[in-house]
Amino acid sequence: MVAENIIELTDLTKRYGSFTAVNQLNLAIGTGEIFGLLGPNGAGKSTTILMILGLTEPSSGSVKVCGYNPSSEPLEVKSRAGYLPEDVGFYLNRTGLDNLVFTGRLNMLSEKKAEEKAKELLVRVGLENEVDKKTGKYSRGMLQRLGLADVLIKQPEIIILDEPTLGIDPRGVREFLKLIVELSREEGITVLFSSHDLHQVQQVCDRVGLFVGGKLLAEGDIQSLSKKLFSNSPYTIELEVSAGTRSDSDNPGNGISIEQMNKMLGNLEGVLAVNKINERFQIECSHDITSAIARKVIESGAGLEYLTRKEYGLNDIYYRYFEGGEGHE
Amino acid sequence: MIFTIAILREVKVMNNLNNNNGSVSGNREQKKKFAVFPSTKAKRIRKDERILHPFRVMLRKEISDHVRSWRFIILVSIVALTCFGSLYTALTNIGTAIKPGNPEGSFFFLRLFTISDGTMPSYFVFISFLGPLLGISLGFDAINSDQNRGILSRILSQPIHRDYLLNAKFLAALIVIGLMFIVLGFLVIGFGLITIGIPPTAEEFMRIVSFIILSIIYVAFWLNLSILFSVQFRQPATSALSGIAVWLFFSVFYGMIVTLITRPLAPSELASQQQIIGYEGLRLTLMRFMPNELFSEATTTLLMPSVRSLGPLTMEQLYGTIPGPLPLGQSLLIVWPQVTGLLAATILCFVISYVSFMRREIRSR
Repeated sequence: MVAENIIELTDLTKRYGSFTAVNQLNLAIGTGEIFGLLGPNGAGKSTTILMILGLTEPSSGSVKVCGYNPSSEPLEVKSRAGYLPEDVGFYLNRTGLDNLVFTGRLNMLSEKKAEEKAKELLVRVGLENEVDKKTGKYSRGMLQRLGLADVLIKQPEIIILDEPTLGIDPRGVREFLKLIVELSREEGITVLFSSHDLHQVQQVCDRVGLFVGGKLLAEGDIQSLSKKLFSNSPYTIELEVSAGTRSDSDNPGNGISIEQMNKMLGNLEGVLAVNKINERFQIECSHDITSAIARKVIESGAGLEYLTRKEYGLNDIYYRYFEGGEGHE
Repeated sequence: MIFTIAILREVKVMNNLNNNNGSVSGNREQKKKFAVFPSTKAKRIRKDERILHPFRVMLRKEISDHVRSWRFIILVSIVALTCFGSLYTALTNIGTAIKPGNPEGSFFFLRLFTISDGTMPSYFVFISFLGPLLGISLGFDAINSDQNRGILSRILSQPIHRDYLLNAKFLAALIVIGLMFIVLGFLVIGFGLITIGIPPTAEEFMRIVSFIILSIIYVAFWLNLSILFSVQFRQPATSALSGIAVWLFFSVFYGMIVTLITRPLAPSELASQQQIIGYEGLRLTLMRFMPNELFSEATTTLLMPSVRSLGPLTMEQLYGTIPGPLPLGQSLLIVWPQVTGLLAATILCFVISYVSFMRREIRSR
């Protein structure tokens, strides 16, 4: 029987004394998904991850990973889920290869097999030149990549990454994220990814869960989140139009006023408001009518210089939620 | 003795587990396309193709960590140096130590371990002094240094039981120390054999072996105590210091405190025999809370066969006894409570660290 949801959290709560770190969390993550846990520091992301892995026990509620309970069947869960902790560490006086082979052998691989696999993975994560270097001499980014190899050597069904990009330079982050996406797509691995960085999450995640103060405020893909949040005007289309033909486009937007623009669009359905900011028009619409707008502009004979559908990024979502979150308290 | 048997049994169980791997977790391994070797073919499999039980993998790693570390090299050199120092004094003084008519004359070889000329303590005194240091220094950073390096949460998210880590750390250090003591003990025997030319009798040999086992148990206690501290304290420095503090407390202050408590209760010289015995009993009972005392009582009895009681003896009890050595069985009977006490203390430390480690939350760093 294949469970559709590989991770299922039901009414999960964790209390430390009077402090509630995770509060009545309900979350389901499907197989093969890349799920982003997004939230500021201390929002309960790490605690949730620890409970998923059985490294700490929930105060109440239940966790099911591949249908197993991490507290009572830890081995079943741990053999399927790879965990890359925040700020991962290795045996510093051993080489990267030795460290990987050790992990491989803890996962019931023979020495030979573990070594083959480890070498293969070291190439995969781009550490083929550091195989025999002691991990004490690795840089932060190299350690993180070694950590990923360490997670992969057990051939997991789920990878759980806790703030994996912390302390790596932007290029390293990009490569790292690319690697994760590749892996997830090629091998169908489910990825649970916690971060406080919006852009990274936005780049890689299929779905996002927003965490504030131990509560899951919203979940869904980025489009649906922004739809939910900016329900009054979910789409903004930005365009730049020049009057007349292409030849006098040196002076874009010249002469076209909001009235002219309104006329140009006619009574196009879905247009909520038209604004002009810095020679560019911002058209707020109730649904996606980008192509209709473009057609109207071209039909009217004006030159279409620039057209973009402005999507609300996580940034906007993040701030709006945090404003909301703080407002409640 | 029971202790080693328990260890052997554990290793045996581990072997069985290892052999059964194929059948127990077979479905998982098939899923992951692991090779499943039937145990009958095990002999033909090359060494690097064998699938070891994770516990054995961890144990091997811990042992090799110990053996490679500077700490261990330093400790071995200190212990070896003191051992050979005391052996030297023993060998130079052995001629004067043996007097005709002495009941211990027949246990000539054991004198190697107990003789000193006053400038240098004897071998067994050295062991009782250095044993705690060995135990503490091999265990004080067992858990917390892994946690501080961010390894703990990574290792514990592998498919192993949490207690494997604790057991592997303990067993690895114990094996290393045990081997060291056995080697040193046998080296002393060997050197003695070469120099004085008289082989030990079977009984002497058995006594020396029991002494070695006893010292391993003694070090195991200190090892467990320091592992307990390493589970409890986040900083290795704190746990090392706590271990040393306990050691100093027992070896320096505890005796003083016992004297302080018992002195006002001391009976006068005219007191009845019963009172004196009662007082001595109380003093000894208090002293026996100290692991050092238990160890030194036990080793004295084992290495000096003429010791026939560890408590006070009345004149009536002594009346009519023939001064002579006790057979090994009787000596072992005398030290049995001491050994049990040491084992109990060891197990107590282990249980406390076990309980607190099993339920704890493992955060990274």
